[in-house]
Amino acid sequence: MNWLDTILQGVLLGGLYALFAAGLSLVFGIMRLVNLAHGDLIVLAAFLILVLVTALGLNPFLAALVAAPLMFAIGWGLQYFLLNRTLGKDILPPLLVTFGLSIVIQNGLLEGFSADSRRVVAGSLESASVNLGPVTAGVMPLMTFFSAVAVIVGLNQMIYRTSVGRAFRATSDDPVTAGLMGIRPQRIFALATGLAMVVVTIAALYLGTRANFDPTSGPSRLIYAFEAVIIGGLGSLWGTLAGGIILGLAQTVGAAINPEWQILSGHLAFLAVLLFKPRGLFPRAVD
Amino acid sequence: MALLETRGLTASYGDFQALFGVDITVGAGETIAIIGANGAGKTTLMRSIAGVLSNQAASILYRDEPIGALQAPDIVARGIAMVPEGRKLFPSLTVEENLLVGRYGRRTDGPWHLDSVYGLFPVLKERRNTPSTALSGGQQQMVAIGRALMSNPELLLCDEISLGLAPVIVRDIYAAFPRIRETGASIVIVEQDIAQALKVADRVYCMMEGRVTLSGRSADLTRDAIHTAYFGADPGAEHHELA
Ligand SMILES: Nc1ncnc2c1ncn2[C@@H]1O[C@H](COP(=O)(O)OP(=O)(O)OP(=O)(O)O)[C@@H](O)[C@H]1O
Ligand SMILES: [Mg+2]
Repeated sequence: MNWLDTILQGVLLGGLYALFAAGLSLVFGIMRLVNLAHGDLIVLAAFLILVLVTALGLNPFLAALVAAPLMFAIGWGLQYFLLNRTLGKDILPPLLVTFGLSIVIQNGLLEGFSADSRRVVAGSLESASVNLGPVTAGVMPLMTFFSAVAVIVGLNQMIYRTSVGRAFRATSDDPVTAGLMGIRPQRIFALATGLAMVVVTIAALYLGTRANFDPTSGPSRLIYAFEAVIIGGLGSLWGTLAGGIILGLAQTVGAAINPEWQILSGHLAFLAVLLFKPRGLFPRAVD
Repeated sequence: MALLETRGLTASYGDFQALFGVDITVGAGETIAIIGANGAGKTTLMRSIAGVLSNQAASILYRDEPIGALQAPDIVARGIAMVPEGRKLFPSLTVEENLLVGRYGRRTDGPWHLDSVYGLFPVLKERRNTPSTALSGGQQQMVAIGRALMSNPELLLCDEISLGLAPVIVRDIYAAFPRIRETGASIVIVEQDIAQALKVADRVYCMMEGRVTLSGRSADLTRDAIHTAYFGADPGAEHHELA
């Protein structure tokens, strides 16, 4: 067993988990909304990519490019017309509604695509690898990881460097006062969920090309996403990347010791962080 | 023509009625003060005008157009900005970001932009990259005023800008008002400090229990008249001292 290799694989796997989690983290950071259908939305996007690949013969990357604006529109509409109505002092309504949405998406996908597990074929890229001195890394895992970094850099640039990003943070602080500045919180929330769905599409691209998925795959992606967000600290996107990496590392190291321990050791790492740093590793200063 | 006019404005929080038919007018370029005891309804009046509380469309007229039913972002877009009670800065934004966010809903060119706001309150320029939470109360109030100015409003609503601040600081902040008036903006200030209100305003409205009980030019109002309008005519009121 090559430990260096194990660690590299763990870090790269963490990129996938960070992609699962980034949209969840963004939405939570801006509107304190926990979207229990997040994992199912990833799977929905994966099926969308699959349809575009099989029906139109598109390359999966091109298919994701086509799917992204569609998913943005779905996210925008979902937030504006449905989820905005659930936001308020009570945290229960958004949980119940997104839980219901999760079931609706799963059953809708079962109806349309059956329970068979699927995969998006990425051709020769799937098995391509690069030699990095003592270790080799798959091209797809590397692309996943760098996509995660790019997504997080991009979202951070937007949040901290643009006028819309200031509006995101102002709305998150105080929606009523944000309204006095001319910001429409309902639209800001819709935009945030739309962006989260673009990230979800990127996550779906790598989920679909790297592993099998079926209509019921969503909830377990949601768990990984949750764990990454909480390990990293609520509201911090870099923390979410770190959280994803810690989760990925724990899983691959666990699996290297005993293949049956993969999933368990991820959850144990999560519990350990929760025990010693309940606010996560990089909590946001203001909450 | 009045810039702003309220006509029989009412407002309620659930079953509790806070305003009972308030009529005020604000002329172009005029500064008016609204005074009144705690709970008189001053903030409710400001929040109604600013669109935070929704009203009958015709109960608030701005440039003779009914705006009572509009939401806050539509009100800002028309040129009414508010400095809310308690400053309400955005804690996760720096001083400069707080100022910039004031332009979000109205990017009109005018006298106010980052440089001129820093000219008005030079200390803010030194602290431009500080989190707004790290400022003193007076500096925070300056940010709140600057943030409202960034939309180049024609009407500026200021709710209790001297609340909780030391007198010297209040004086510094009010020193900025002549320069705001020079730009031609109308100003409505809510002020508990009656002496301060009379000094800065052309006209004063005094409110009690959701109604206007007295109004007039600052120079014409007598201490006794204000006293009665402020506290009502009950005998116990004599024990209150006016500032
Ligand atoms: N959110 C609210 N819910 C219920 N009642 C409210 C609310 N806000 C204000 N009130 C009530 O409405 C009345 C007017 O309040 P308002 O804040 O407008 O008074 P004010 O003149 O601004 O007082 P202060 O000088 O204390 O700021 C008060 O009786 C107050 O208790
Ligand atoms: Mg008040």
